[in-house]
Amino acid sequence: MSEERTTRAFQVNGEDHHVSFSVHHSLLEVLREELGLTGTKHGCELGECGTCTVLIDGKPILSCLELAAECEGRQIETVEGMMQGNELHPLQDCFADLGAAQCGYCTPGILLAAQALLAENPSPTRDQIVSALSGNLCRCTGYHKILEAIEWAAARMRGDEKYRPPESAIYGDPVEVEKASDG
Amino acid sequence: MGNAEHPEEQEGPVTSDQLRLIGTPFRRVDGRAKVTGQTRFADDLSFPRMVHMKLVRSTVPHAKIVGIDTKKASEIRGVVGFLTGESMPDPFGILPVSQDEHALCIDKVRFVGDPVLAVAALTEDQAHEAALAVEVEYEPLETIATIEEAISTPEPRIHDYGDEGNLHKKLSMEFGDVDEGFDEADQIFEDILYFEGNTHLPLEQHATVALTEETDRVTVYSSTQTPHYLHRSLAKVLGLPAARIRVIACPNGGAFGGKSDPFNHEICAAKMALTLGRPVKICLTREEVFYCHRGRHPVLMKIRTGVKKDGTLTAQHLQTALDGGAYGSYGVASTYYTGALQTVTYELPKYRFESIRAFTNKPPCGPKRGHGTPQPRFAFEVHLDKIAHELAIDPAQLRLQQLVAADSVTSNWLKVGSMGLGQCIEAVVAGSGWNQRHGKLPEGRGLGLACGSYLSGAGLPIYWNHMPQSGVQLQLDRSGGVALFCGETEIGQGSDSVIAAITAEILGIDLHDIRLCVADTDLTPVDLGSYSSRVTLMAGNAAIQAAERARTLVARGAAEKLDVPARELVFAEGRVFHGENPDHGMTFQEAVVEAESRFGTLGTTGSYTPPRSPGRYRGAGVGPSPAYSYSAAVVEAEVDPATGIYRIEHVWMAHDVGKCINPALVMGQIEGSVYMGLGEAMMEEQVFRRLPKKRSGALVHKHPSMLEYKSPTFADMPPVTSYIIEDPDPNGPFGAKEVGQGPLLPMMPAVANAIFDAVGVRVDQVPIAPHMIRQAIEARERGKPGRFGPKSFPEIEFGVPLRVPTPAEGGDGKATNVDDAGVRAGTGTMTERKDAVKGEN
Repeated sequence: MSEERTTRAFQVNGEDHHVSFSVHHSLLEVLREELGLTGTKHGCELGECGTCTVLIDGKPILSCLELAAECEGRQIETVEGMMQGNELHPLQDCFADLGAAQCGYCTPGILLAAQALLAENPSPTRDQIVSALSGNLCRCTGYHKILEAIEWAAARMRGDEKYRPPESAIYGDPVEVEKASDG
Repeated sequence: MGNAEHPEEQEGPVTSDQLRLIGTPFRRVDGRAKVTGQTRFADDLSFPRMVHMKLVRSTVPHAKIVGIDTKKASEIRGVVGFLTGESMPDPFGILPVSQDEHALCIDKVRFVGDPVLAVAALTEDQAHEAALAVEVEYEPLETIATIEEAISTPEPRIHDYGDEGNLHKKLSMEFGDVDEGFDEADQIFEDILYFEGNTHLPLEQHATVALTEETDRVTVYSSTQTPHYLHRSLAKVLGLPAARIRVIACPNGGAFGGKSDPFNHEICAAKMALTLGRPVKICLTREEVFYCHRGRHPVLMKIRTGVKKDGTLTAQHLQTALDGGAYGSYGVASTYYTGALQTVTYELPKYRFESIRAFTNKPPCGPKRGHGTPQPRFAFEVHLDKIAHELAIDPAQLRLQQLVAADSVTSNWLKVGSMGLGQCIEAVVAGSGWNQRHGKLPEGRGLGLACGSYLSGAGLPIYWNHMPQSGVQLQLDRSGGVALFCGETEIGQGSDSVIAAITAEILGIDLHDIRLCVADTDLTPVDLGSYSSRVTLMAGNAAIQAAERARTLVARGAAEKLDVPARELVFAEGRVFHGENPDHGMTFQEAVVEAESRFGTLGTTGSYTPPRSPGRYRGAGVGPSPAYSYSAAVVEAEVDPATGIYRIEHVWMAHDVGKCINPALVMGQIEGSVYMGLGEAMMEEQVFRRLPKKRSGALVHKHPSMLEYKSPTFADMPPVTSYIIEDPDPNGPFGAKEVGQGPLLPMMPAVANAIFDAVGVRVDQVPIAPHMIRQAIEARERGKPGRFGPKSFPEIEFGVPLRVPTPAEGGDGKATNVDDAGVRAGTGTMTERKDAVKGEN
């Protein structure tokens, strides 16, 4: 395996970095191991699970498949860049409140994929969200809370502060009792 | 009742009926860390001088190790050390009776992926390159691939222990006179079903970082659900006193049972750190995670049930055959679990259960969400659907008319407390429009109903002891903050939030004034781990005891100052005040200061030990729980009869959680279980194939990758209507029972039953692929039974069953023929101390 190293300049979360790394290393490895940005996770390192999603020039990409050497001059966004000061991004806020993050391992990748979607389409339909996120796996939530959190965050980002996720998303549906038939 | 020496044991305020936090959807205590990427998973840790480790894994399924050559590998730049099995000769394993693993294989390998050697290097790339350069010479042994092959091939044995040949475990037990029960029946139904194995697929790959501080002291950070059991295994294999080993379980990035065994890589990392004197990290590749496995056992099942004309069940005979893979893991417990919980949903007055677990040359199976119970639950619920259809009884009604009574003891001596299954069934029946729609939808569209039940924690620990199963320690300081120490492990389910909320509720303080220190064997009281859905109930009860004791201390400090009897004080909203005159009070912090002034430094502990179960027979250790949760589901399916392709259109799921600690977390567990159950019903399978003879004939994993191991995506998830049923159990904290595993159980049979309602054919196995539906339809068109599934159950001589009279028969929980049946009933139940102690050594 090559031990040749290279140095590249790129922006991560709006900050300039000149980074030296093994020439064959992925952006995922460079972010986590050279820059210490461990918020970006990995689940397969083969481009199969979506966990390592980051934004390059605003577009979601799988950082495990992206050679860091090819990121010269590009703008990279990771989950560490989502907060504004000490305030959570609306997506982060809604994910936390709704339980859209359980183990939290797929969460950074999904947050960034959702952020890219909302930047392009501030009022996505449920189907459009599903389509944008269908490359990201989550094993904990069953996906519903994530969809509801994105819809809530989208409303807040559009300025609709009154929107709330349905009560049933949090408390379950009200139970109406109907006896089973006698067959 | 005065107790001057132990003021925390004196009578204090009682918990008000008015709950302030419990039952509300508060944000999880770790919510902010999880959405900012700040949660530190094991692979996120790094330390100065840290080196990287890789394991060399077997490329053959069953072979003697002839030689290991590290010459080429040692010449690779950056390589700093190797470990082989000889340096860690002591075996380990999660169960005392199955100490059959070695940190690295010593004499032979038992599956493709079995680790043979560890290598460490300065970089991960160098370690990887060195691992590839290690040459291992094998002498192949016959490969045993299936349950049938394990039965027909007693030699060569994969292990030199176990009940016989390549059968790890064989058991037979009978509760009541089953033949008499069959005689009472009007009809006997029989089905053979198969549940394919599948794996947890947590998104986080297992990782471990080990480092030394002194020459004989090591700290191990790991993605484990069971830091306490890992601690014990490390002490055993490393030969160090446990007090010199510190295990810290990092938050797990998903686990689902897959991180509850002690693993080779964890022990090797600790040994390597002790050898090199520098930090060592290993993070498994996704392919290696598939080899670690410990997932759902493939189980073949034969179920026979005696039924009266009105649908009343008179007796059941269940046989299960488990494909255990290459090691014991939790397998003995899994084997018992394929029979134990058949009795807790519907009255089953007489019951015979027989089972084997086979060793095969595949990655070891173990506990996955539902541990051993989803397979027989699938069999039972599909079987009931067939019985209902045959007898023309509504499937919901068939179940409702014979529910197990609350506060009763089952035929196999399980004590059932609260029992909300009836409410669950009624909720999904109403929500889905079952009465108007089941059996009446157009061809291709159908509804299926199924139920389930699960433990709120196993009644017994994995190794024999009389100590608590969970402990909580609280430390109160004059800032008004409370530090909470508990060994429980956060695996995503929200356990940190549950114990913090319970403590905050009782002390009447803000959730964020609780500081948590969890899952650290140096600092926290033992909790056995995040498995068997035990944490809310057990750590929750320990937290209640510790918090109530702390409240008593603080109340006594405040009472003197306020001149009000301590028991009349109320703790709420950060204040301590007189219940009859809320203005008369002080802040919680002021009350702590009063108490600390009077009693000195303030700290309390709480612990929890489950009640003893009434069963006294060998094997009675698996199945008991302080409380059982109940679930019912209706699934709506759309099936294309021309292709067999089907979609799940909607799921209605009701779950009896006893009492909601946090509805948002409960909903998350219900939806997550529905999702995972759908994956198991529709697509997930861990399967193997033999390479052609000319390519070694080895048995290999068919698809150890996330791309080919199919799991549901956003696009596959149907709408879910969830009902939270609260039937409080007196053993649960505030009445709470489990929710993490139970709602998975009804999903697989409900899908199969919905497919039957849609197209009138049965697929008696999961996952259900379209070609199976299609083949069943074609069979029906040829005038044969419209069914796809296993045709036979192997002939197995189970021997004389252990006979245990039921409570109705006046039994006392003991077996009546231990001498005749003792051996066949099986070694290795966790009720027998002598077995456990023997297995330890």
